[in-house]
Amino acid sequence: MVLAGVSVLVFSLIHLVKGDPVRLALGTRYSQEAYDALRARNGLDLPLVEQYVTWAGRALTGDLGVSFRSGEPVTALIGERLGATLTLAIAAILLALLIAIPLGTISALRPRSAVDRIATVISQIGISVPDFWLAIVLILVFSGTLGWLPTGGYVPITEDPVEWARRLVLPAIAVGVVSGSVITRFVRSSVLEALGSDHVRTAQAKGLPARQVFSWHVLRNALLPLVTVTGVQLAYLLSGVVVVEIVFSWPGLGQLALQAVQARDYPVLQGAVLLFAVIFLLINLLVDLLYTRIDPRIRR
Amino acid sequence: MTAEPLPVEPVPSRPARPRWRETLVLLARNPTALAAAVVLLAIVVVAVFDQTFAPYPANEQDIGNRLRPPSWEHPFGTDNLGRDILSRVIIGASVSLKVGFLSVGLALVAGTLIGLLAGFYGRWVDDTLMRLMDMLFAFPAVLLAIAILAIRGPGTTNTIIAIAIVYVPIFARVTRASVLGVREEVYVRASRSVGASDFRLLTRHVLPNAAPPIIVQTSVSLAFAVLAEAALSFLGLGTQPPNPSWGSMLAEGREFIEQAWWLAFFPGIAIVVTVLCFNLLGDGLRDVLDPRQRTLMAGGGR
Repeated sequence: MVLAGVSVLVFSLIHLVKGDPVRLALGTRYSQEAYDALRARNGLDLPLVEQYVTWAGRALTGDLGVSFRSGEPVTALIGERLGATLTLAIAAILLALLIAIPLGTISALRPRSAVDRIATVISQIGISVPDFWLAIVLILVFSGTLGWLPTGGYVPITEDPVEWARRLVLPAIAVGVVSGSVITRFVRSSVLEALGSDHVRTAQAKGLPARQVFSWHVLRNALLPLVTVTGVQLAYLLSGVVVVEIVFSWPGLGQLALQAVQARDYPVLQGAVLLFAVIFLLINLLVDLLYTRIDPRIRR
Repeated sequence: MTAEPLPVEPVPSRPARPRWRETLVLLARNPTALAAAVVLLAIVVVAVFDQTFAPYPANEQDIGNRLRPPSWEHPFGTDNLGRDILSRVIIGASVSLKVGFLSVGLALVAGTLIGLLAGFYGRWVDDTLMRLMDMLFAFPAVLLAIAILAIRGPGTTNTIIAIAIVYVPIFARVTRASVLGVREEVYVRASRSVGASDFRLLTRHVLPNAAPPIIVQTSVSLAFAVLAEAALSFLGLGTQPPNPSWGSMLAEGREFIEQAWWLAFFPGIAIVVTVLCFNLLGDGLRDVLDPRQRTLMAGGGR
């Protein structure tokens, strides 16, 4: 239902543009034949409702029209770049979890300690730093001054795994830092809440060893809701990916979308926007499903 | 048979509205939130009187003095065209804050209205409005703004509209959730039972009592609106050169990052400080106005 609405919105994009999008894209020098062919190929010569039905029908079969610029199928253009974007998004969220879970847990176990205060300050700043600015600073420090890592670009893992990893580190940090900060704060409050709950007190009163109480009663309960938060963060993180890709010349969907905006290549923009929305909705669906599976209270 | 007087139900006392003076006093006791508010006030004053505070005109070029590091004449250095970076950061503040306040203001009005109607009337009104909101919410924020700017063309005004559209669903959701909690309160039902109109119910009872989470959301949204404006201008879609905006300054500075770090450093710090203050103020407001939401919101995000 939401997806249908989303598709209408994405479809409307090209029609909301002032003027004739095909004419805008082709510039001043083009033949009438080329113009007609482009309109026909993207279904723009049909009545509006018919256009939508045709467009949506084709989209369902994986045909998103052709680029105004290169004439290549949009699906192919997107396919080339999907891998790079997903790699970056997944690396970023893993990095965020890797830092946030231990940091948040330690903060909660030693509230008001030095570690807790430092973690709070870092996560507070982490939420406030623009990811693309962090990207620039990272490039300046690690590529410029220290010369440890390349400034950008992407190498497929199949070609050169080491180079792939070296090029992934900085963009993943830049994208992951906001999510990492949010998740750290969440883990901290979640563990604190679990520590104060009745069943933990009961377990302690029974004389269970502290380690067992912690791993069985505190962590399990505190980290359950983390699934939802991580999913939500993964979805939000896509926004950061769009901008950070530009800074690191990362050949992903974000870069494709921006290039399409600059080139007035509306079918490509439509395709990229639609795909991002589909990924976003899929993540949310997955989170819902996963959550009902792991939380017995909801299953009933 | 003597007519016994009907048992009189006690009239519900005045609803527990957020008391503004109390809120301010509590907020002032939180040193972090107080400091954030003071810094924000200073930024706003500088932004409003930007022409007075800026030592040089923002677009005045001095090619003989290009890419100079920070000095007494130019505390933040000069850029590739010899323009004073401090002045551009100050003028950029007025752009960033204008975009932030206007876009969040628009989103606040539209989103609150939608959330109020959806939460109060429920049923098909709720379903229709919130499904519409879900659709807008399905796009990554920056990408939706980019798409809107692709339709309407780049520029400051369109950036305000784009960011506002992105934040409408968030305000609608927060308001709706809050209204659902208030709708069935005794004072609302009591007021309805004595024949108050829907308009009166909404404006006198529901909205004032549903307000705390909306106020918190406003502060947090301002932080993200400043970030979003910076991102869009950085991508060349927001404020157009030669006018300064923190985002576009970062884009220009990025090209000279190896020779002159100060070009990208100071606008970045300006963004971090402003956004940090809005976030800290938001946290402080949340502690005072809406303590129950703390854990819930920590898991939210933009």
